[in-house]
Amino acid sequence: MLLEKDPWNLVITGVGGQGNVLASQILGQILVDKGYLVTIGETYGASQRGGSVMSHMRVSTKDQFSPLIPEGQADLVIGLEPTEVLRVMAPYGNPGTMALVNLRPIHPIDVIAGENSYPELQKVLARLKRLSSRVWILNATEIALEMGDPIFSNIVMLGALSALELLPVDQEGFASVVQRLMPGHKAEENLVAFQKGKLAVREYRET
Amino acid sequence: MSLIKTDAPGQRLLLMGNEAIARGALEAGVQVCAAYPGNPSSEIIGTLSQVAEELGIYVEWSVNEKVALEVAAAASLAGLRGLAAMKQNGLNVASDFLLNLNLSGSKGGLVVVVCDDPSALSSSNEEDSRAFARLADLPLLEPSGFQEAKEMTKWAFELSEELGLPCLIRSVTRVSHARGNVQLGELPKAERRARFDTSKPILPVPVIWTHRLLHEKLEKCRKRFEASEFNLYRGPQRAELLILTSGAGWMYALEAISNLGLEARVGIAKLGTTWPLPEGFLKEQLSRSTKVLFVEEVDPFLETNVKGFAAQVQEELGPKLFLGKSTGTLPDIGELTPDHLIRVLKELLEVSYEPRPATYIQEAAQAASQAAPPRTLGFCAGCPHRATYWAVKKALALDGRDGFVLGDIGCYSLGMGPAGFFQMKTLHAMGSGAGLANGFGQLGRFGLEQPVLAVCGDSTFYHAAIPALVNARYNGADFLMLILDNSATAMTGFQPHPGTGRTAMGEVANPIDIEALCRALGVRVQSADPFQLDRTVELLLDLLQDGKGVRVLVLRQECALVRGKREGRAFKVLVDQERCLGLKCGCNRLCTRVFRCPGLVWDGASGKARVDEAICTGCGVCASICPASAILKEAI
Repeated sequence: MLLEKDPWNLVITGVGGQGNVLASQILGQILVDKGYLVTIGETYGASQRGGSVMSHMRVSTKDQFSPLIPEGQADLVIGLEPTEVLRVMAPYGNPGTMALVNLRPIHPIDVIAGENSYPELQKVLARLKRLSSRVWILNATEIALEMGDPIFSNIVMLGALSALELLPVDQEGFASVVQRLMPGHKAEENLVAFQKGKLAVREYRET
Repeated sequence: MSLIKTDAPGQRLLLMGNEAIARGALEAGVQVCAAYPGNPSSEIIGTLSQVAEELGIYVEWSVNEKVALEVAAAASLAGLRGLAAMKQNGLNVASDFLLNLNLSGSKGGLVVVVCDDPSALSSSNEEDSRAFARLADLPLLEPSGFQEAKEMTKWAFELSEELGLPCLIRSVTRVSHARGNVQLGELPKAERRARFDTSKPILPVPVIWTHRLLHEKLEKCRKRFEASEFNLYRGPQRAELLILTSGAGWMYALEAISNLGLEARVGIAKLGTTWPLPEGFLKEQLSRSTKVLFVEEVDPFLETNVKGFAAQVQEELGPKLFLGKSTGTLPDIGELTPDHLIRVLKELLEVSYEPRPATYIQEAAQAASQAAPPRTLGFCAGCPHRATYWAVKKALALDGRDGFVLGDIGCYSLGMGPAGFFQMKTLHAMGSGAGLANGFGQLGRFGLEQPVLAVCGDSTFYHAAIPALVNARYNGADFLMLILDNSATAMTGFQPHPGTGRTAMGEVANPIDIEALCRALGVRVQSADPFQLDRTVELLLDLLQDGKGVRVLVLRQECALVRGKREGRAFKVLVDQERCLGLKCGCNRLCTRVFRCPGLVWDGASGKARVDEAICTGCGVCASICPASAILKEAI
């Protein structure tokens, strides 16, 4: 399948510990299975200690692109945490960039310590809307907590992505990859998370 | 779970560069692999250890990089193929052996993979380990992508075996810790039998003879490199500008050229074999342009060496303008990005490029600075190191003599910042906290009155702190050594070490008891659970004020992530909203302002603390710091 734009550039961002790397690995393998050339660059190091993390993903039918997206060239930003999307838009966004956002905030340590404040969610979304062509939202962490473990949030987000039909990501492709990467019972739970995300996502409209 | 053992030649997988290197080694029939974990190299041995048993190979997490290289070299000397992997700092540790092994030579293919970390994204330095190839007269390969990382590793074993020399592969974060398509090759069965030929000792002496032989091998290597398909040129026959690059620079250069539409004007010569220089190949490429730009991370390794070669053949080549780090065209510190290349090429070739409107850049930057509060690194929720530094801070304050902590490499290095209440005052190499303490511990005779503490993790203790402890005991250095035993090499991904009771291949092993080892050395040793804050503070004070010589306190509590993975939360923690007095308490928000655990947040609306159930790991430590006893822990 040809892409609307080649390379198609995606950023998955969040806070260390949210499963950013696994989400990009699964998504990447789904696309490789469908014949695409995929490159993923990961920022890590801070990955288990509450720092901002992001994965850059390049999807192409032509070339193996570099693991870093050039300035201003993100087509979609998937945010496992709302303010992290804004942080990524500064270097990589452009007026055509789209965003898919998990609404659950994670307070930075400086905010917890009272040295800084966390912005109101509606203001974050309003700013994001001004910087993007489309914004989709859902509360992936809540869905994951209802399932019994916040760890599923990243997979809920992949399910949400599949509903947007921006990339050829479907349930069969997802199932085939998680069955190869995870033991049986985990693969099943993740499939449930994927389906829940697919149903929960909605487009953000300013009120 | 890694897919590297997939036995399906031709299949395309999305592999991390480190997995591609591991797969390349498997395709070359490697039989012995060893490493000490260190990012960005850890996944090489990490993934190999997952498939070792099934594929009938031996994989080891060694106690340090020097031993790892020696383990792999032994395989080579017995005729097998061996692999050692490490991060850049690790090669410093292994270099003493490497700079003798180059002279003695190897037998079976021996490959040393070093993963450098430009910009030090997860390191204490950003050294360019390519210098070691020149220093040791050893062949050096640099992969520029994922498929190439696999093919190059496979070839490195053949080259090493043909030359009788270890072969170095230098990767970087953006190759090792990135993912891309890799087409699998055949997976042979490793069937060589080990045998050491006792008729021919393996020695670096007589040096005058072995050094000459080494240079002859390197000349032979150069000839192989001339014909290597890892060196290639893409661009017009003659170019306005020639980019000479290696490693990740190749990907960035391609990206910049395509973004700026410079395909007909700029050529790229990519070197995969960077030491010894493939001089014939280089001469051909250099003749394509009068202007040459070097693109590499971190040091001007190619730049310096190629310029040296060009000077030798300047009559044939004619005048050249060389641009790179020495001319300030590209930065001489930190990693490169596609944007660095876009900026430089835009200027040199005088083309215009605007990826987005200036007004957008301004608005996006403003949104990020105003509505995306920065995230300072901190310890994970439930991390024992937070409790440890809390106790240390308290004990040092009670002691009152301005004592200080000499630091080491691990998660607990964050003790230098707010996460560890700024308690750690130095940070250098593995084991350097204990090493420095040996020196500080002798300065009492010159007036040093402050108590000296050294801190190190369990894995670091085995890696490099034991010799320092032996030295301290024997020479009578006066300090308190804290061994933060969280039962894992946590920072690099929970690899087992000699204290954990299992090996890389998952076999049960008798753990090496830290306290018993200290006692055998004649060192006073005590242990505590840092989560028992009061007892820990008491012990710290006692040991700080106890006479002369080295004392050890083992602070043992399992890494919250390891424990969480195995058994979930120990406690359900919650803040009793009735008992929490909020700002009226007088504690001045001790639980959040000072303790700084990401799982315990301040609710602005209610003006009280609350637990974030998506983040709290249920260690329950915060329950013992609340003066109003408002934080409750219920056993799960």
